[in-house]
Amino acid sequence: MSDTSITNSQELLLTNDGVPLKVSLRKSLRRTKIRSFLLILPPLLFLLLMFVTPIGSLLSRSVDDIAINKVFPQTFAQYELWEDKSQLPSEEMFAAVVNDIRVTIKVKDDEGIDIGKNLLGRSGTRMTYEYSGWKSLISKTIKSALKVDKKSKEEVKPFIWEAPFKDKMIKRDKRWAKVEFWQSLGAMKDPYTMGYYLNAVDLKFDANKNIIQKEEYLKIYNTIWIRTLQVSLMVTIFCLLLAYPVAYLLATLPMKTSNLLMICVLMPFWTSLLVRIVAWMIMLQQNGVVNDTLMYILPCFEGMVNLPFFGATNIDLCFSDEDRLPMMYNFTGTIIVMTQVLLPFMILPIYSVMKGIPPSYMKAAQNLGATPTRAFIRVYMPQSVPGIGAGCILVFIVAIGYYITPELVGGKDGIMIGNFVAREMQRTLNWGLAAAMGAILLAAVLVLYWAYDRLIGLDNLKMG
Amino acid sequence: MSKDKTSKEPKLKSMEEPLVKFKNVQKSYDGEILVVKDFNLDVAPGEFVTMLGPSGSGKTTCLMMLAGFEPTTNGTIYLKGKPINNVPPHKRGIGMVFQNYALFPHMTVAENLSFPLEVRKMGKTEREAKVNRALDMVQLGEFGQRRPMQLSGGQQQRVAVARSLVFDPDLVLMDEPLGALDKNLREQMQYEIKHLHESLGLTVVYVTHDQTEALTMSNRIAVFNDGVVLQCSSPEDLYEKPENSFVANFIGENNRLMGTVEAIKGNIATVKTDSGDVVVATKVNVGKVGDRATLSLRPERIIVAPKKGKTPNTYSAKVEELIYHGDHIRTRFSVCGHDDFIVKIPNSIDNVDLKKGKQVDIGWMSEDCLALDG
Ligand SMILES: Nc1ncnc2c1ncn2[C@@H]1O[C@H](COP(=O)(O)OP(=O)(O)OP(=O)(O)O)[C@@H](O)[C@H]1O
Ligand SMILES: [Mg+2]
Repeated sequence: MSDTSITNSQELLLTNDGVPLKVSLRKSLRRTKIRSFLLILPPLLFLLLMFVTPIGSLLSRSVDDIAINKVFPQTFAQYELWEDKSQLPSEEMFAAVVNDIRVTIKVKDDEGIDIGKNLLGRSGTRMTYEYSGWKSLISKTIKSALKVDKKSKEEVKPFIWEAPFKDKMIKRDKRWAKVEFWQSLGAMKDPYTMGYYLNAVDLKFDANKNIIQKEEYLKIYNTIWIRTLQVSLMVTIFCLLLAYPVAYLLATLPMKTSNLLMICVLMPFWTSLLVRIVAWMIMLQQNGVVNDTLMYILPCFEGMVNLPFFGATNIDLCFSDEDRLPMMYNFTGTIIVMTQVLLPFMILPIYSVMKGIPPSYMKAAQNLGATPTRAFIRVYMPQSVPGIGAGCILVFIVAIGYYITPELVGGKDGIMIGNFVAREMQRTLNWGLAAAMGAILLAAVLVLYWAYDRLIGLDNLKMG
Repeated sequence: MSKDKTSKEPKLKSMEEPLVKFKNVQKSYDGEILVVKDFNLDVAPGEFVTMLGPSGSGKTTCLMMLAGFEPTTNGTIYLKGKPINNVPPHKRGIGMVFQNYALFPHMTVAENLSFPLEVRKMGKTEREAKVNRALDMVQLGEFGQRRPMQLSGGQQQRVAVARSLVFDPDLVLMDEPLGALDKNLREQMQYEIKHLHESLGLTVVYVTHDQTEALTMSNRIAVFNDGVVLQCSSPEDLYEKPENSFVANFIGENNRLMGTVEAIKGNIATVKTDSGDVVVATKVNVGKVGDRATLSLRPERIIVAPKKGKTPNTYSAKVEELIYHGDHIRTRFSVCGHDDFIVKIPNSIDNVDLKKGKQVDIGWMSEDCLALDG
């Protein structure tokens, strides 16, 4: 009831000129709005150009399968007609492959340059992702399919291969008789595909485009995903454990001391990442500083001792070289080095939040009867949560996509998904798969933000 | 010299055992400067004692030592007769209202109040009852579920007071609790705190640098300067009988005439001002003949155009300025070589007609003129 009366009175509000107040207000605010929009335009454009566009193209690349569909339209059309997919397809499908090759080879780009060969080559590469062997099979077939009869007297020289093609192709390469090759076409027949995403999580399409598990020996990525999560989580936790006391000291020590400490915290930023990693290698390797020191200080005792209750006992307390701790080129190495590298990202947000907590809260809590520990837990810590949240999110996000450290010190069981993204892009050139992995990482980060918002609230996040 | 006076005061006041006793307390933060120099103060149970002094004079430091957040460099603080130098803050059981209130922002008002009871392991129902009673006491019954940030300054201040009282401490410390409030709210809160003090029989040690606040609220005021207590006495005594020129100046408005002591007879000192006039004054705190002295005169005790022979001190003065204040007229005279001699003239019918530039006689009684240290 009171609500309606309020809205009524609002409708009646007019300025002195008889213009409704809202209209007039909007008008007066328009100029400020335009001005602020103009001010944010340059960074907005920059963001659009340098961030949104690449991510957009990344996302589109991860589902894009148009290229191969343009090269083999007839083949895929025939694939739809192929009924019993456990049997070899009929002659029509074999013919479609040859025809597609013969059509594609004539394709020219806008400037009239032949690109057909290139297109076919790339298609071969694409097909190999689905079933290895496609590339060489296609290139062999292309040669034979395009071979013309040089001796022919006719103006347009005829191809040597003529229908029916089935037997000729199988004769040229026995793999054409393997039904698995034909079945793998199913994963490529649509211009947009989930195939790369499936591949990234060790799944695949079967011949009828049902999602199934990959063969055991081909499964690699799931372990890596799990390990990536493990490493990120552990690094985040270790960073938090190490950073919290340091941030507390930074925030509470007198200026002079805390400045010195701050310099120590920031020191890693002034040192090249590579130098730091190499330093860790020297420290942690088999014959590194840590292992040498341990060997040196640990006692060595060997011999017979007369113990009470046990009598004469042979005791061997000596450590041999096999006992040296493996701390490099493995999971442990990745964890140790990444924790050190990412520590400042945890310390700084926590510090900036703690700096804003007046010391009077702790005093008040103690004055009210709480022991210093209790005051810390009940009063100080809850107020530092925004910093903890920001630090954890920051470290986790950076860690989950980390590349250089695991590459250098990870060895076989410390490698992370970032390394595979790089590998796909540089070595196998499977950009679609790399893009899909990147998109999954992006989604993971967004989910994390969402969860944080639900649990603690994004307005409770203080980045600095 | 002022030290022995301060330690004498409380003994005159009551023979009870003091609740708080500062004995020769000294404090230095850096080992170079004594922030508090030989501080002595006894606070009797039920008393409202205010520490008053300019900024940086060591008031907060004294309070912090009493609450246990700063160790004393030397000397002892006694609480109920026991030395508490080695008792940690959380075991002292002293309530405190901080200058910025220090209400925990992540807890509701009720949780804030319940915190001291929780750490004392009080049962839930008892806790709730106490919290509600404390909130009612400061008229904030409905605000229990709000966060401190959702309250106005005055409401936050009342929550802070309620929180310092909810666990029934004998002693409450308040460090400029009204500093952040506007004038009206200040006065209202002064009244409320005073009321709580009386109705609950609390002992309060209060810090302020607002002298009006100190005068209206306290049983006793300790005036601080530069780490030393210059005088500790009741508001009346502080105003009427300042023991030195700092106190006379700091409390209330005051005219000062500088001069040299000519003669001392009983409690009457004759002082010759720098302009050559001879003034008969009450001797309070002057040395021997020939020493410098400050004469202190309250503006409302000056008589304009006194009848002949009524005042022992009568001088010819020139009116420099008249400021109308409604109930009184503030007049600036030039007299005895000072041109900023202020006189408050009551706005009554039988007043002399004063105009700027006019020459009149002004005078004062020797009791109203105090001869203090120079
Ligand atoms: N933690 C500290 N470290 C060093 N010096 C301090 C510290 N706290 C206070 N001081 C110094 O001690 C002196 C007294 O400070 P204190 O806070 O007791 O003054 P105050 O009387 O409360 O002043 P105000 O009215 O401004 O609050 C000041 O000169 C101040 O600079
Ligand atoms: Mg202070």
